[in-house]
Amino acid sequence: MSDPILQLNNIEAAYGAVKAIRGVSLNVAPGSIVTVLGSNGAGKTTILKTISGILDPQKGSIVFRHDKLEGRDPAWIVRQGLVHVPEGREIFPLLTVRENLLMGAYTRPSSQRDEVAKDIEDVFSYFPILKERTNQPAGQLSGGQQQMLAISRALLAKPTMMLLDEPSLGLSPKLTREIFEIIVRINRERGVTLLVVEQNAHIALQYADYGYVLEIGRIVMHDTCAALREKDDIKEFYLGVKESGVREGRRWKKKKQWR
Amino acid sequence: MLQLLQLIVSGAAIGCIYALIALGFVLIYKATETVNFAQGDLMMIGGFIGLSAMTVIGMPFALAFVVTIAAMALVGMGTERLVLRPLLGQPAFTVVMITIGLGYLARGVVTMIPYWGTETHTLPVPWKDEVIWIGGEGSGLVVSVEHLVIILATIALVALLYVFFRYTRLGIAMQATSQNQLAAFYMGIPVRRVNMLIWGLSSAICGVAGLLLAPITFVHANMGFVGLKAFPAAVVGGFGSIPGALVGGLVIGIVESLAGFYLPEGFKDIAAYVVVLVMLVVKPNGLFGENLTKKV
Repeated sequence: MSDPILQLNNIEAAYGAVKAIRGVSLNVAPGSIVTVLGSNGAGKTTILKTISGILDPQKGSIVFRHDKLEGRDPAWIVRQGLVHVPEGREIFPLLTVRENLLMGAYTRPSSQRDEVAKDIEDVFSYFPILKERTNQPAGQLSGGQQQMLAISRALLAKPTMMLLDEPSLGLSPKLTREIFEIIVRINRERGVTLLVVEQNAHIALQYADYGYVLEIGRIVMHDTCAALREKDDIKEFYLGVKESGVREGRRWKKKKQWR
Repeated sequence: MLQLLQLIVSGAAIGCIYALIALGFVLIYKATETVNFAQGDLMMIGGFIGLSAMTVIGMPFALAFVVTIAAMALVGMGTERLVLRPLLGQPAFTVVMITIGLGYLARGVVTMIPYWGTETHTLPVPWKDEVIWIGGEGSGLVVSVEHLVIILATIALVALLYVFFRYTRLGIAMQATSQNQLAAFYMGIPVRRVNMLIWGLSSAICGVAGLLLAPITFVHANMGFVGLKAFPAAVVGGFGSIPGALVGGLVIGIVESLAGFYLPEGFKDIAAYVVVLVMLVVKPNGLFGENLTKKV
């Protein structure tokens, strides 16, 4: 692996007294798509919030390129080229699609106005449907379109790396696939490094290069996605391939081994 | 008929003042979910600043107007930065009590400042006590220039604000911040600074209201109690709606003016609250209230 673009070293974070992540370390290689898998409450979102400065870690360090991120202002982190696409889209419902996109470019200097206008057109090439809705309030878009808008809005900050929090949330399998295909295109065409957090292991392992598995705030396994797909535990607990054995006529439930 | 028109015009003028203060309420409420009960007192401070600029320093009205706006913007931003930001994360109740306290404080401090004191002052505007006849001298509609200035200035200010919120980057960012603060953080919008600027904007608007109202009611420490009628205006319009604040202000102003003439004495003072009560029963969300329930 080449020098990582993002490096988390032993991060711990909590909401009040509740510890959400307990010593997470992970590396993201530049230009790659890395996924973090985990079930509800495993701490996936917390990891992303800690990276983007919404939450301050209690311990550990986060290095993006050559800068330490912990304790920094979220706006500063966006200016370094690291943008977070939050879970549940979080668009600005009463602003139009275009205004939402402009807000994505907020950290860019106002002298880049023409460039931003051009970038908006560029982004529409990934999501043509948004172009038809340019002047509609974003709250009127469907869930899938809002997800597209959230991704586009982040792209307007001209990121070198994007954090995607459950882009598949609440979308049909077909739409999920479409979104992931576009995410991969963004990665290939623009060289944007991606850290994708997903519950849908099926799709994430199919499109990402490298994967981490998070359980109750700890990384329990990490490998290339091709290798992860072959692991028994992943197959059984994340991909739903049933292999519960039958022994002496009694069904027994397998325990996770993480080997 | 002429009588009615007359009452509507003067009611609309006062209504504009209510509308501007209500606008101040709404801007801060939408952005920070705080109700600033010191809004009327901010207007009073604006009146005093304008007064001092004109009578103590001797500036012409136009210059005093600009100075007041600038000074009030600073007062608003300073209040946010020094008093409210440290309270971030405290329950809404605490913040509301603080703003009520700020109002008391402002009324008290103003009386201690040498020239300002407890007396009533007259703002020497150039158009004091002038009237215009519409439709023939002596027989048509008589409009005092003070009222006319209030109405025209409010229209101009609202148009300016519309352009600001619709077309400038900062204006859109202010809307974005009030619609989804978390997303604004994610997009790198400096939310705290934007909130501070909203306080500045809201105070500046109240400063304008103070200068417009001063020729009619004089400048004194308690002129901020007008804010108590601007609050119903904001509620009638649907708290949280900018067009609602404007329409609500006009409704309250006109109803009050009509009640003062056609109804027995005393009704003028309660008219605003009667309107609110009726509104809350008939249409609890107000005229322009959003029917959206807040998503958690």
